[in-house]
Amino acid sequence: MTAPERAAADRPDPGAVDPAAGPVATAAPGVRREEPAPVATAAPDVRRDGPAPDGGAGRGRWLGERIGSVEVLAALLVLLIVFREPMARALAEPRLQTWTTVFVSVMVQAVPFLVFGVLLSAVIAVFVPRSFWARALPRHPGLAVPVASAAGVVLPGCECGSVPIAGSLIRRGVTPAAALAFLLAAPAINPIVLTATAVAFPNNPEMVLGRGVASLLVAMVMGWLWLRLGRADWIRLPRRPELDGSSRGRAFWAAVRHDVIHAGGFLVLGAMAAASINVLVPERWLQTLADNPVLSVLALAVLAVLLSICSEADAFVAASLSQFSLTSRLVFLVVGPMVDLKLISMQAGVFGRRFALRFAPATFVVAVAVAVGTGAVLT
Amino acid sequence: MNRQAQAVVLLLLGGAVIRASLTDLYLNYVKEGLRPFLIAAGVLLVAAAVMTLWHELRPARRPEAAPAGADGRAGVDGRAEQAGHTGQGDHDHGHGHHEPRVGWLLILPVLGLLLVAPPALGSYAAGQAGTALSSQQRQSDYPPLPDGDPVQVSVLDYASRALFDKGVSIGDRRVRLTGFMTTGPDGQPILARMVLSCCAADGRPVKLGLTGNAPAGLADDTWVEVTGRYSDQVTRDPVNDAEIPHLDVESWRQVPAPKRPYE
Repeated sequence: MTAPERAAADRPDPGAVDPAAGPVATAAPGVRREEPAPVATAAPDVRRDGPAPDGGAGRGRWLGERIGSVEVLAALLVLLIVFREPMARALAEPRLQTWTTVFVSVMVQAVPFLVFGVLLSAVIAVFVPRSFWARALPRHPGLAVPVASAAGVVLPGCECGSVPIAGSLIRRGVTPAAALAFLLAAPAINPIVLTATAVAFPNNPEMVLGRGVASLLVAMVMGWLWLRLGRADWIRLPRRPELDGSSRGRAFWAAVRHDVIHAGGFLVLGAMAAASINVLVPERWLQTLADNPVLSVLALAVLAVLLSICSEADAFVAASLSQFSLTSRLVFLVVGPMVDLKLISMQAGVFGRRFALRFAPATFVVAVAVAVGTGAVLT
Repeated sequence: MNRQAQAVVLLLLGGAVIRASLTDLYLNYVKEGLRPFLIAAGVLLVAAAVMTLWHELRPARRPEAAPAGADGRAGVDGRAEQAGHTGQGDHDHGHGHHEPRVGWLLILPVLGLLLVAPPALGSYAAGQAGTALSSQQRQSDYPPLPDGDPVQVSVLDYASRALFDKGVSIGDRRVRLTGFMTTGPDGQPILARMVLSCCAADGRPVKLGLTGNAPAGLADDTWVEVTGRYSDQVTRDPVNDAEIPHLDVESWRQVPAPKRPYE
């Protein structure tokens, strides 16, 4: 992507175009017809255009005259059906089979949440007018943060759905600090998650309280931190020309298609990582860490990031890690819905890598600190 | 990946999810309660695919696209502009750079569901994880077992009664349990059943040691139905140091894998 393009993409209103973009547009026709792609502009793409660059667009288009994505897809599917038998035999090895089962089930579990989250985000992007957010949220960003965090309580969903929603909110002019607070709060403290926690810890009701309070605190602290330290140019939402200019129905379905493919692709990456951790890290390693109070907190915090379990389910896993202290399990419950492999992957896709590289570690540190503090007060 | 290909991927994903939830395949991966949501999500994915193809293939698309390219908005997009000018005007290539390439990965879950359809978690996963019973789930009182001789109980129910109730609510009743065989660390036979709270990623085994006429000579992952009585023997799971209760087996028989592999 060229510098002017990037500048245009960073701006909240994608409609405004840097006049400097002109030369690019006029230079393009000058390229000889046979030369398929302006290599000079395509090459920087590879380095700058987020984690999923279509850097080979030039090459793709050269081939594209004869072979398009649909043909590639069809050929791929035919090959896979032909080689189904050897593939199934290769996957019969128990470790690989468990990996496949875990991967498929993470995807199956996440698909409804992803689809409903994407639908809601498309509604926000297309049908809710910008003025609504100006009226619904306090004008002062410092006040908008707690309001947005509290709004997360009413949206039952898991983290996969809230990433595209937060992206949509920022696109519609909501201050990033508030949208990010919502992003963190929504999966962590909705009624379903808190009920699941109560069921998983029948003898420790303080876990429910601790989880709710600590997660809300982390969401607000991160929102305010963003107000103080965050820089708007860290967030790079992909340009979405299809969202303006066309009819609402068309824009709506374009947004749904794009978000499912985009966020869904990153979800696949995350699910693959989670399945690998699930199969590769034997639980007996954890046993040796459980006795040391500091190590046990760190171990469960890292485990929450690596396992990437849905926020509705993590309480049951935490309950079964009974060799660990309650505080370290509270850390597991607070960190998990806010930072994990599939979330980092999706955030990098939706907000850009520069954002995810700063936001995820900061959230991790704040979440561990707040959860340890809450745990110390409660237990 | 162009828009038509994206539509095909959406269609495949939606179709795979619908197929898995209409057959019993989905029970290998998630809880039964997710089914209506899976069907709804699958239908929405198919709808998104159909609407994408409809908007893409409708002839009205082209005249609309041209002015959009002229008003300068698409001017930023050098390639879109060039595509228009060179007359190679394949619309979807014009917008190539914000059509996410990562979307190709969505073919993997489609393959997983349609071609591979991996089985439910079994013996390997049970060996990796510690038994799921922890004192956290201890109930204050256990209701009497339902009628029947032998009485059908779940592995989880038997194990928690045996462990936390010291078998009091089981008494001298004969119980019948269904689970799969797995081999313990010392080579002894163990009856296990996986417990899910959400999806197979959080699946955890409940393990039961077997004494008496224990099934022998069975491969791991063979499903069996065992009938027996309470035994007060307890061993420890080396994986998480939790207690494993035992069952004194009177008889057993091999059974096909149940429709709902998890408890």
